[in-house]
Amino acid sequence: MNPKLTRRRFIKGVIASGVAAASTSLWYTASGQNRPAGAVERLLTINVNGQTRRVDVAPQETLAHTLRYKLGLTGAKLGCNRGECGSCTVLADDVNIYSCSTLTHEVKNKAILTVEGLRAADGTLHPVQAAFIQELSPACGFCTSGQIMSAVALLKSNPRPTRAEARQALSGNLCRCGAYDHYLNGVMRASGQLS
Amino acid sequence: MTYMHIGKDFTPPDIEGKVTGMARYAEDFRRDGLVFARLLTSPIPAGRVVNIDASEALAMPGVLGIFTADDLPESKPPANPALAKEFITYIGQPILAVAAESEELAEAAIERIVVEYERRPFVVDPLDTLIEGGPDPYPMGNSLIRTGEAAAGTTASGSGVGQIKWTADQIASFRAGRFPTGATFPEEWMYGDVDAAFAQCSTIVEEPFVTIGYPHHSLESRTGMAYWENGKCYFHGSLQSHTVGHDALSAMLEIDPANLVFINENTGGGFGSKIFPYPVMAVTGRFARQLNRPLQLRITRAEEFYIGSARSGMQGWIKVGLRDNGRVGAVDVAIVGDAGAGGGASGSSAAEHISIMYQPESMRFRGMSLYTNTAPRGAQRGPGQNEMAAVLSPIMDKAARQAGVDLVEFRRLNAPGMEAKIGPRQGGLSSSYYPQALDMAAADFGWEQKRTLPRQISATKVRGIGVGEGYHSAGASGYDGLLRIAPDGKIYLHTGVGNLGTYSYAAVVRAAAEALQCNWENCVIVHGRTDYHLQHSTYQGGSNTMFTETRSSHVAAMDAIRKLKQIAAAQFGGAADDYSIGGERVFLTSDSSKGMTYGEAAQKAIEMGGEYSGASFPEDIHNTTKRAVQGLAGTGLIGVGKDTLPKSGTAPGFAVAMVEIELDTETGKFDILNYTGIAECGTIVHPIGLRQAMNGGGVWGFGMAAYERHVYDPQNGLPANVGLYQSKPPTYLDVPVQMNCSATDMPDPQSPVGARGIGEPAQGCAVAALMSAISDALDGHLFNRTPVTPDMIVNHIAQNGFNTGDLKTNTF
Repeated sequence: MNPKLTRRRFIKGVIASGVAAASTSLWYTASGQNRPAGAVERLLTINVNGQTRRVDVAPQETLAHTLRYKLGLTGAKLGCNRGECGSCTVLADDVNIYSCSTLTHEVKNKAILTVEGLRAADGTLHPVQAAFIQELSPACGFCTSGQIMSAVALLKSNPRPTRAEARQALSGNLCRCGAYDHYLNGVMRASGQLS
Repeated sequence: MTYMHIGKDFTPPDIEGKVTGMARYAEDFRRDGLVFARLLTSPIPAGRVVNIDASEALAMPGVLGIFTADDLPESKPPANPALAKEFITYIGQPILAVAAESEELAEAAIERIVVEYERRPFVVDPLDTLIEGGPDPYPMGNSLIRTGEAAAGTTASGSGVGQIKWTADQIASFRAGRFPTGATFPEEWMYGDVDAAFAQCSTIVEEPFVTIGYPHHSLESRTGMAYWENGKCYFHGSLQSHTVGHDALSAMLEIDPANLVFINENTGGGFGSKIFPYPVMAVTGRFARQLNRPLQLRITRAEEFYIGSARSGMQGWIKVGLRDNGRVGAVDVAIVGDAGAGGGASGSSAAEHISIMYQPESMRFRGMSLYTNTAPRGAQRGPGQNEMAAVLSPIMDKAARQAGVDLVEFRRLNAPGMEAKIGPRQGGLSSSYYPQALDMAAADFGWEQKRTLPRQISATKVRGIGVGEGYHSAGASGYDGLLRIAPDGKIYLHTGVGNLGTYSYAAVVRAAAEALQCNWENCVIVHGRTDYHLQHSTYQGGSNTMFTETRSSHVAAMDAIRKLKQIAAAQFGGAADDYSIGGERVFLTSDSSKGMTYGEAAQKAIEMGGEYSGASFPEDIHNTTKRAVQGLAGTGLIGVGKDTLPKSGTAPGFAVAMVEIELDTETGKFDILNYTGIAECGTIVHPIGLRQAMNGGGVWGFGMAAYERHVYDPQNGLPANVGLYQSKPPTYLDVPVQMNCSATDMPDPQSPVGARGIGEPAQGCAVAALMSAISDALDGHLFNRTPVTPDMIVNHIAQNGFNTGDLKTNTF
């Protein structure tokens, strides 16, 4: 290993090259010319909650950052910002992902669904949302968006899960209040197995 | 008693926001011109700042300034400073903040700041500073000197640092599980003749124990945002209490409380760490003022580990004596509490748990709070009581087994009933139905049937059953209630209670709706922003809210009813006592046609002015409440008052749990097959909310028993587990597939609706029952330590002899 290549220098180098690439890509975007190989398009068109959104996205930007600070969709929370807690969970093409650990550029061609996009057009709550209210599933509520999105993903692939299956499916979502029993009740109610 | 609202489920108004993503927490707020601050934190566990060179950082375009300890009032140890300078006492301690136009810039600027430190000796295990010649965590010593009593549900910050040392022989004796004869303990209390009582006991058990502290890990870190307009500070923060912290936060910012608007509609967890304003809030507010820009100070997950508070640990020794009849005759306990880098440990509260739950005829407690160069400790869900519940339950089981008494029967013999006494003063309780709770738990769990089941399930699986108990004082008095009836007939129920996730902020005001006999649909809960005119309400910690705030809500309602009747009497004649309420009307009892709606009465109140409209108010209410009433004056009929209802003794919260586990003797892992928790918290106010509190507390109990702990490198003082996956809160897969809980639902006579709190005991009973079950699965083996991890279990089964590990704490 190059003795001069410390971890810090390496990271600084990556950041610096990112900044350079970003500014270059902006110029190419503005000028309409073809981009050189390796440059990253910053002005993305992404599909969020069924709507097409144009947004300026840095190469190293996470989806959580884009959603929260560029698009104003603050339902996905940053509990840890490193893929431990699941509070930032959203769906990408119906698969639940940690938006804090996903680069926006990675999912630019996928349909992103956040908790804000679950209501029907007439304002009716999604069955999972309604069930979570009925079962008093949220406690402090900080993890709730993530719990809901994992539950929605589960029910899309398995509309009538057992309680044990639901427990497995949601196990990537921490609840520090310990409201697990109530979230599972909510999933079972949303799937029509609890009345 | 039949109620309209009490004991009925309802939909809290904030829950829809939580399921739709519309509920906003402090970090969700943005403001035009917002700037971003980040912290530079200490890389050393002990020392001081010699010099800060920020010239290069400040020259960076977009960097707006730095904020250091010099910008704050001086702080003296052991108070936990917002920013350290002369006394760095743990790795991760904030040294300064940098503000910039973006977070990335602020982070980059921190890299350009050069801080020169002077190192000092450090220590991570209390017994390593207690030993003669051992390093001290502060230059002036290692122990807390208290000048006052800790507030209920909290560990008080001390007022000084002293030094206590034991001889090497005393330390060796303590580590070996014997009382350190002649050792100094600055805290001591006793009742009865303990030595004489032991002489009359036929069963004696003597054990060491150790519990390791662990972080609160609130999922919402303590990120805050503040801005100043026209001399007022608008502060978006995260506290589990609300108005009770208003004056303290104003003092931190050195402003008149009238000039602070604290906004906190939702809080992403607190668990004791956000009861009152915390030091870093001073940086957010003052830095924003200094820059005259809206400022957000983000606290990352790792930073939350350092400054987000943690449970104190204990290293201790206990001796328990039973009489022939199974009654606990004497208890002697000594506790060295780990207060981390600031705050206070909870030894006396831990001892109090023993005194209430087993009603020993005589008892002695000796203890101390020692500092270590680890994260600051503070109140965490039943501080003292719950960690004592964890280690005490298997020890009591051992005593019961030696005496030949069933574990549940033993607890029946010693259970706190109506005549129970607590603590060194042996004061009484407001009420106790704990014996009934114990019987309910045994019946629901099927204790008698399960105790006869074979322990060996298969070649590698064994069964264990356990029982445990939790306690916390659960109620206070003296706070204010406030409501307003508007001319449109709406009833605005104000509360300065924080929204910490239990929905108690909403449940308690239903006591006012109950007294006013009004439809819930016509009620509006007003909370979350102090400029909504909120009264002085209780701190929210220590299972305190339900008892305390149903009382103050009731008081406000009774004031409103008195005024309604007086207004009606003024309109229709006769005396106020001639009038009744019902159907949201006030009317002449003998002729209900003579009356008016609440809305019409509110209009009259505005016309009459004075106390009816809030133009005047009682003198004994808190200044915060006076400002609130002034803000509402002239807009309706105001019901307001201070809770001066009779109160005597301690209002207790009790819970009992029973657990069945299946333990794998090859891996040391176990599954919780059955969990039953029974609450004894008076009347049930909000049934599903109570279940949530009990189940959530249960999960916390499992975490303390099996997963959560601090781990420090004793050579460098480095924490090894700052993340959620390292000091791991339980996940879905660590808790039972289904939990079972219920409650006695018997009224406390000192609450207008019979209610007491339950948040803390819900954890204590679960950790105690699980520890009891683990011991049971291993033929009564005592680890005398939390958490009990699979390696400990495997080592025990392999006869490697690990139990307390010589009382080592904060490390392996």
